[in-house]
Amino acid sequence: MTQTDRPLPVDTAIARLVDQVRTSLAQGHLKNPLVVGIHTGGVWVANALHRALDCQEPLGRLNITFYRDDFRTLGLHPQVSPSDLSVDVDGRDIILVDDVLFTGRTVRAAMNELFDYGRPRRIALAVLYQRNGRELPICADWLGQTLELGDDEQIHVDGPEPMTARIVTNEES
Amino acid sequence: MAVEFVRPKIPKFAPDPWAIQFDDKGRLRHLLTIEGLGPQWITRILDTAEGFVSVTDREIKKVPLLRGRTVVNLFFESSTRTRTTFELAAKRLSADVLNLNLATSATKKGESLLDTLHNIEAMQADMFVVRHEQSGAAHFMARHVAPHVSVLNAGDGWHSHPTQALLDAFTIRRHKGDFTPLRIAIVGDIRHSRVARSQMHVFNSLNVGELRVIAPRTLLPTHVEKLGVRVFHDMREGLRDVDVIIMLRLQRERMESGLLPSEEEFYRLYGLTEEKLAWAKPDAIVMHPGPANRGVEIESSVADGPQSVILEQVSNGIGVRMAVMSLCMSANRGENA
Repeated sequence: MTQTDRPLPVDTAIARLVDQVRTSLAQGHLKNPLVVGIHTGGVWVANALHRALDCQEPLGRLNITFYRDDFRTLGLHPQVSPSDLSVDVDGRDIILVDDVLFTGRTVRAAMNELFDYGRPRRIALAVLYQRNGRELPICADWLGQTLELGDDEQIHVDGPEPMTARIVTNEES
Repeated sequence: MAVEFVRPKIPKFAPDPWAIQFDDKGRLRHLLTIEGLGPQWITRILDTAEGFVSVTDREIKKVPLLRGRTVVNLFFESSTRTRTTFELAAKRLSADVLNLNLATSATKKGESLLDTLHNIEAMQADMFVVRHEQSGAAHFMARHVAPHVSVLNAGDGWHSHPTQALLDAFTIRRHKGDFTPLRIAIVGDIRHSRVARSQMHVFNSLNVGELRVIAPRTLLPTHVEKLGVRVFHDMREGLRDVDVIIMLRLQRERMESGLLPSEEEFYRLYGLTEEKLAWAKPDAIVMHPGPANRGVEIESSVADGPQSVILEQVSNGIGVRMAVMSLCMSANRGENA
């Protein structure tokens, strides 16, 4: 099997994402939102968003390991660091952030976990890259870039500083 | 009563008697003893527990990992703390829990351990948590359960109590970080303590700086030095420069068997009082696996004092047991794996 890499521009995608969220906030769609990133790539993107929006409250981090729906087939994923949500989510508007939106299963797991912390008023989804391959009725409210990829292609995001992204193609040789 | 440590019966020609804890892909399937885990698995369990402890701080203290699974607590010996924390751990993982107090049940009517086991297996259990007064009972069950079932040892005879040792290591790590510079002292009835034996394996696996045991000769196993510990018979010497003090419960029946002159004498020499605590490092933490005999091995003001982490051990026990349960169950995926 051979592997080829194509770099993806991160800065322009982040700039576009930040712009969209800002516009939305200016139009009053969300009130004083709490920014919550999904481990690990989502936290890096959430960090950039958190800085750009000048949020006062700390960034939330979700580790969805305990909420994954593939436990029965893949077992427990090694943990990087636990979830950290120090602000009460009850009645709050939340911007949930991930690096890549693919099947939608990660976002579902993250929403399930959020509801175990309380009852948010509204959850909106911001992703850096969205690609084809959704398996659940979930779509992003704001996104940095949309990509049409083949079954043998994957988006890899590395970070935190500097954040880089690439499309990895696995070819049968 | 014989006082020699009873080793669990192990298959004669098994190259590694602890290999039964792992499946053919090297994943943890049963937790029977600390031996054979090595620093990597121990660290993985402690890291995973860190995530679960944060779950128990939340509004809804439950995650859906073991939804639809059944955990059976098989307690052939009475226990409050261990059984309830295993039960809570399973419930917080969304498993269904069945508690069987067999000290007062079928076995008394003559049913064999294997019959009990197969009967409960027929109720579609996925995991057995076993406490038994016989050393090696959990091993025995692990050898006979169906391929999709995990066995966790919740204490067998004088042999092993792995989750207790893991939660102790977890508690120490949270307070002190790295184990390599630490001096840890285990005090009291080492000879009859499965907790002490498991602790020695855990701390040595994690490369503790120095592990001490402090006890009268009659309460030490023979050849205890071979377990990688320094032996002290005097508290003042043994506690000097120590970072962690672990007190063990003194079982009253030991007095009857003539191993000790009296409780008062034991307390005077080995009971952890404020005065003796001052011989350790000023920031030393005090631990006890419970249940503590106040005024026998520990003074009340020490057990409730600022250096005591005894209640923290209990809460950490839930997170550590959640970690062990979910790691063992994740090896346990039936035929589709």
